[in-house]
Amino acid sequence: MARFVFRLPDIGEGIAQAEIVGWHVKVGDRVAEDQSLVDVMTDKATVDMTSPVTGVVVATHGEAGALIAVGASLVEFEMEGEGQAAAPAAAPKPATKPAQPAPPVAAKAAAPTAAPVAAAKAEPTSRPAATAPAFTTRAPNEAPLASPAVRHRAYELGIPLQFVPGSAAAGRITEQDLDNYIASGGANANTNVADNRFAKRTAVHETKLIGLRRKIAEKMQEAKRRIPHFGYVEEFDMTELEAFRRDLNEERAAHQPKLTLLPFFMRAVVTLVPQFPHFNARYDDEAGVLHSFDGVHIGIATQSNTGLMVPVVRHCEALDVWGCARELIRVTTAAREGKATRDELSGSTITLTSLGTLGGISATPVINHPEVAILGPNKLVERPVVLNGQIAIRTLMNVSCAFDHRIIDGHDAARFVQALKRLIERPAHLFMDRS
Amino acid sequence: MSQLIKTTVLVIGGGPGGYVAAIRCGQLGLDTVLVESDRLGGTCLIRGCIPSKAIIHAAGQFEAMAAAARAPHFGIKLDAPPRLDIAGTVSWKESVVDRLNGGVRALLNRAKVRVVSGWAKFTDAKNCRVATADGEVLISTEHVILATGSVPTELPFLRFGGRVISSAEALSLNELPKRLAVVGAGYIGLELGIALRKMGVEVTVVEAKSQILPLYDAKLVEPVRRWLDRNGVTLHLESRVLGLDKSGNALEIEGKDGKRLALPADRVLVTVGRQPLVEGWGLEEMAVAMNGRFVRVDERCATSTTNVWAIGDLVGEPMLAHKASAQGEMVAEIIAGKRRRFDPRAIPAVCFTEPEIVSVGLGLQDVVEADTIVSVFPFQANGRALSMQAGEDGGFVRVIARKHDHLILGVQAVGQHVSELSAEFAHAIEMGSVLEDIAGTIHAHPTLSEAFHEASLKALGHAIHI
Repeated sequence: MARFVFRLPDIGEGIAQAEIVGWHVKVGDRVAEDQSLVDVMTDKATVDMTSPVTGVVVATHGEAGALIAVGASLVEFEMEGEGQAAAPAAAPKPATKPAQPAPPVAAKAAAPTAAPVAAAKAEPTSRPAATAPAFTTRAPNEAPLASPAVRHRAYELGIPLQFVPGSAAAGRITEQDLDNYIASGGANANTNVADNRFAKRTAVHETKLIGLRRKIAEKMQEAKRRIPHFGYVEEFDMTELEAFRRDLNEERAAHQPKLTLLPFFMRAVVTLVPQFPHFNARYDDEAGVLHSFDGVHIGIATQSNTGLMVPVVRHCEALDVWGCARELIRVTTAAREGKATRDELSGSTITLTSLGTLGGISATPVINHPEVAILGPNKLVERPVVLNGQIAIRTLMNVSCAFDHRIIDGHDAARFVQALKRLIERPAHLFMDRS
Repeated sequence: MSQLIKTTVLVIGGGPGGYVAAIRCGQLGLDTVLVESDRLGGTCLIRGCIPSKAIIHAAGQFEAMAAAARAPHFGIKLDAPPRLDIAGTVSWKESVVDRLNGGVRALLNRAKVRVVSGWAKFTDAKNCRVATADGEVLISTEHVILATGSVPTELPFLRFGGRVISSAEALSLNELPKRLAVVGAGYIGLELGIALRKMGVEVTVVEAKSQILPLYDAKLVEPVRRWLDRNGVTLHLESRVLGLDKSGNALEIEGKDGKRLALPADRVLVTVGRQPLVEGWGLEEMAVAMNGRFVRVDERCATSTTNVWAIGDLVGEPMLAHKASAQGEMVAEIIAGKRRRFDPRAIPAVCFTEPEIVSVGLGLQDVVEADTIVSVFPFQANGRALSMQAGEDGGFVRVIARKHDHLILGVQAVGQHVSELSAEFAHAIEMGSVLEDIAGTIHAHPTLSEAFHEASLKALGHAIHI
């Protein structure tokens, strides 16, 4: 007889502890390999811990509701004798294998099993509906087993192998395992597609956020959690700028890029920075220090196939409107093609976000933390307006902005946007030398 | 007039870390400059791995001939004992070094790396001055790869100079000493001590710890200890070196029993370790955080200063050429925009002692016995002339696997020629092999590698030749 201690495995990046939700076994139960032992909840998901061994439970640690640390012992087993050359029966195995679609966990728990423990099990209805697919149980600090090529590829893709079930001997992750994991969007794919239009759709699809999507989620949460946003929307009359822009585009030389609205906004921000230095800034709220920059590095919210990226046009103050346009095209293309370097994706001091023709009438942009301001032009529309007592057709556009209210008072925000409006509505100002 | 060079990557040090990094940078199209004050190749090529293996090879040849002169060996008999001309051996070694040194230069040229010969001194993290034969060169760069390597550790009471030498001088002796005292029974001291013993020098080894090669377990080093014994190398373990005695002709030590002893020696070889070269080139101007005596780096070999990278001996143990090269290659790729990290499962370590020792992955001292299977297969059990030779001093292959899933955690071997097995051991561990993988791989007969196969079979309970 040998004793086996099952410890809470490292179930995810940065998770140091988990809460016990409910036990499925008790002391004295005989447990088969892969049988559910306990549900634990992390801040991200509820995870079904399955037994890596067959044996009798001799101790369980922690009541439901208790927080336990990764690496702490959860269950102790007494196992049948094993020789030096015993078959690798005790290998931790993924509770669900990617090759075959996993049955819903609740159904699995309710299904009758040969083990006597099934009868003694707590009622399955008490289990949370959204139980995440079980993880490959790896011991804490244990590097996931995979060949250098697989490790290399996963790292490049930003996939922590910790999450990837391994199908080969000793739980090794093969190329195929990684492919399956990626194809399933980081979770085990549910292949039960309803074929009747009026049938109730009961499936719940779970997608593990990985790679860029996870980064975006963290970044957005960080911005909204830390920054009290102050929103401000103003209507800009774009008629003059649009005429000017059309003219420039028609007259442009072959080497000059086509101008969109954004380069004008970039130049307008550059013009305003000396007057509003604390708008072009990064706020280190932990240190309580605001870093205002003389140089203007404008982040450009860009939609790529994998999600939102914010490449940066550096030193806009040193670029003319053509230069801004050229750099804007270069960095956003690089970002879309996944070729942007780290430098091109960081270091912005203020951000522009434009949805172009999808711009809508208003938006509530989220500040690109740790910056303090974000400007979002909405959609251009022609509308009748009263001008000098006459009804005229003008090209109008709303601009939705958000500011970090810890740094920027509403009054200053309004002054900034009004100054911006003046520059955009009378674009000649943008090209005037200032003393 | 000083010349100004602007570049993307500046590599400091032309050893196996630096030159590999530079070549990879060049391959990736990065504008690269490499600064080296000595000849290209670093410690490894100029005064380490390459020359020591040359001397060891020559010593082995000489020993075999000397044995054949004493008594017929494999039916070979020499009528007169062979004569060793150490100056000739050293100049042959130099020719090997010269050839490889030229090879490194050619590779750097082909990768379009610009080599600046001189001593670099940083004025800040991205700028340095190099004093070259043609005057001062100023280099301004976006990225710096620090690969300055290491130097032998000196004992304050036994400074290098006169009859006290480091491994570098031991590889360039113009005459053989009659008596050599080696301070420190690590791999460098033993490799050189054994080679010189084979050349006929009387060798005494002094070590503070209780066994030779203290980084390995006693069973693994036992065959080496036996060789030293049989070949008349005197060992003083748990002994403290006090310095040269008053006459300057003998090394004074304090033995295990506390008694003082004077060991007459024409040369005293001090091999008590190596330390990173962190002084004299302006590291202090670069605002780089340290980790003890090493430069602190993360898993990407990034230092605390942006775009300053450090690799090899400078960043920590193990101080091995192949680790430095792997890190150099990786850093070049990171600078070129690839996502990489230094993530090996094992870095093989080899001692070219007599017999040789290889250790890859976890050793006996790193594992809990109850959780592992330890399987030892003696070379003697393998019926081939070469492996019998490898087994002469009790050589073996040892596989350490995890009990519950048979994952191979570590492999060690000791025996003649076993250094060549290190690749299979490392490969097995990197690939995440289990015992069954090795057992299921056909190993060529008759080769030494069969012992690895047999050790795996034995771990599974069914070795054939035992």
